[in-house]
Amino acid sequence: MAAVLVNGAGDGLVLDRVTVNYGGVRALDAVSLEIRPATVVGLIGPNGAGKTTLINAVTGILRPASGTISLGKTRLDRLSQHRVARAGVARTYQNIRLFGTLSVADNVRAGAYRRRGTLADDAVRELLTRATVQVADLRGQAGTLPYGEQRRLEIARALASDPKVLLLDEPAAGMNPRETGGLRALIRDVARSGTGVLLVEHDMSLVAAVCDHVVVLNFGETIARGTPTQVARDPGVIEAYLGTNAAADMR
Amino acid sequence: MLEFLAHHSKLIDQIGINALLALSLSISLRAGSLALAQAAFMGIAAYVSSIGAVRLGWNLPLAGLAGALAAALVAALLALPIGRLRGVFLAIATIGFGEIARIIEINWPITGGAEGFSGIPNDANTLWIYGTLALAGAALALFGRTKLALAVAATREDENAARGVGIDVAAVRMGTLVAGAVLAGFAGTLYAHANFFITPGDFGFSRMEQVLVMCVIGGVTSSLGAVVGAVLMTALPELVRFLQDYREVSSGAILLGIILFAPSGIAGLWRRFS
Amino acid sequence: MLVQQLANGLFLGAVYALFAIGYTLIFGVLDILNLAHAAIFMLAAFVALSLVGFGFPLVLAVALALVFAGLLGVLLDRIAFAPLRRRNAGTLVPLISSIGAAIVMQGIARGVWGPDEHRFPSNGLSTAEFHLGSLSVGALDLIILAVALALMGILSYVMRSTALGRSIRAVAEDRVAAALLGIDIERTIALTFFIASALGGAAGILIGLQYNSVSLEMGARIELKGLAIIILGGMGSVTGAVIGAFILGAVETLSVAYVSSSYRDAIAFGVMFLILVLRPAGLLGKRALRAA
Repeated sequence: MAAVLVNGAGDGLVLDRVTVNYGGVRALDAVSLEIRPATVVGLIGPNGAGKTTLINAVTGILRPASGTISLGKTRLDRLSQHRVARAGVARTYQNIRLFGTLSVADNVRAGAYRRRGTLADDAVRELLTRATVQVADLRGQAGTLPYGEQRRLEIARALASDPKVLLLDEPAAGMNPRETGGLRALIRDVARSGTGVLLVEHDMSLVAAVCDHVVVLNFGETIARGTPTQVARDPGVIEAYLGTNAAADMR
Repeated sequence: MLEFLAHHSKLIDQIGINALLALSLSISLRAGSLALAQAAFMGIAAYVSSIGAVRLGWNLPLAGLAGALAAALVAALLALPIGRLRGVFLAIATIGFGEIARIIEINWPITGGAEGFSGIPNDANTLWIYGTLALAGAALALFGRTKLALAVAATREDENAARGVGIDVAAVRMGTLVAGAVLAGFAGTLYAHANFFITPGDFGFSRMEQVLVMCVIGGVTSSLGAVVGAVLMTALPELVRFLQDYREVSSGAILLGIILFAPSGIAGLWRRFS
Repeated sequence: MLVQQLANGLFLGAVYALFAIGYTLIFGVLDILNLAHAAIFMLAAFVALSLVGFGFPLVLAVALALVFAGLLGVLLDRIAFAPLRRRNAGTLVPLISSIGAAIVMQGIARGVWGPDEHRFPSNGLSTAEFHLGSLSVGALDLIILAVALALMGILSYVMRSTALGRSIRAVAEDRVAAALLGIDIERTIALTFFIASALGGAAGILIGLQYNSVSLEMGARIELKGLAIIILGGMGSVTGAVIGAFILGAVETLSVAYVSSSYRDAIAFGVMFLILVLRPAGLLGKRALRAA
């Protein structure tokens, strides 16, 4: 594990033995992982394993009790939320959090807040197209879009910041297989453009299809890591899922 | 027409000042914070500018700038302790701040106490009032096109998501409070210099309620709405003179009517407040 | 001197408590700040005054005015809050509509009773005083204290030991769960408004009697003090409101006696501001209502 970290002193997001206490519980226990540019790392585990806690720790919502989080040479773990975002970390939320009464275009523009200037309509359209958001009216209220479009608009908003790292919290939740297929292509495309992606997801076929590396959490601890195939064969992982369909899916 | 204007010049001035106050409150509301300190900011500026004019011989522009600066400083200091408060609790804390300011005005000898401060030069004419209002409106319109306006709107919609895209929510909240205080400060100076005489009671909770009502009736997210609300609610008592002692009922009934039957008039902002 | 001031603080605190209980009860059950509470407080005093003027005995006039205040509270809920509840308007829109309702009530009072201060006819009131060492206590003060404590005792019994009290606490805890338990939510809310407003009205009548003065401004004077009390006690906590009210009553009378009357109210609001900033849950917080 240490070797991974030494090699990763480049531009990626690195968590080094991060421990987070939350609500009197050790929500993350010395978790380390690295997301290099242009790679997709999957973060999986049963509900309550600490996946969203990890995203919240990276984005500055929760403070680690110990350990470090850095992006390239920038230490993130002492920065406030907005500074983490400005450093180049973008995210989506498990429960969609768009700026509901603002227009679709303004949601994307707000995403580009850390960048110089404001996005022109063409740039907004380009981002929407890239995230496969289907909207006729850029001026329409974001909150009135269908659920799937809202999920993708959230991704478009995150991409608008031109992030170094993109954290996706269950992006496929509530999507049909065709939509999930589009999401798969999108994640690959984002990684190809040089952005590191962290994918928290229950849809194991999506994880297996796009991830270069998978980390498995259970009760805040890392119980396995490796390629999707290696992880799927890991007896500890199968046990954590109690032989449920999820583990079966992976094989 | 001219005769009408001459006859109602007092009312017309009052409308302009109230419009400025409603604009100033709308700035905070746009960031989603129900900070109800406008009347206090107005009072601080009114006293600073009046005392400066009477004791130190300041002219109106200088008094106005000094008043606005004082209100802005107080707002910046106030923003620090109330930074973590939201919703009803923010409203109550700022109401409490307003009461403290009023009580200090009553008791500080330099203000003339509860009997009021008089002898203020009567130099804020209609031109000054509407000139300031026009400038404020233009400034807000220009601001509306900037990226900062987007940051304000995003803060109102979802603070956490706003932080997530790099918006400094605390700075947005402080900035809107201070900007609102500057406008309320100008309104306070104009009020004092149009009335010759001020008392602490002019800047109490009932004034704050009036301003809030204007904003809500006009529609909280738009500058034009705030101005429309101010015009309507200031002119209304004159329009319903025939109701005599029951005049007040009409403004309360209009406010209730708008909230109950025209919720789209007060737009999605209020839904987001929940 | 100190004992006298504490006694005065007790009388003041008892009336404050009646007012603040109603405020905090509505917040506890509905999560809304009802700024029309002070208007009901004032209207009840005016109604009691008029009834006495019509020749009703004081006790009957007070009782009828209390019922009037309670019914006015139910009406207030139907007009200004219930429609917003149905559309899930959150907590701040109702705050604005309560201001609208307060303006309407204030306007009606101005129309009916005019802008001047009114006094109860002197024959109805006892001016007797008791002396206990250096302590002097008016009979009226004692009656007011007794009535206030009796009302609080009844409320405490209702909240703890009756089906209605259990329903109110359940609705305050979780409206959806209460509905699933078969509690009639709208009826419970209506009764909460009745109780809260009748208590607020009682405070208005008692203060009107205590100072022998009923005016349009009396609501505005207590409205913000009531806020300070319920913040001090913890929003939604009935016990907290009572404790906060007695603390404020004592602090006010003591500060008049020993510090200066001029900054009396600043102390209340200063404390309120500090509590909001440092400990927003107040002394007891909303849980206390639910656990009561």
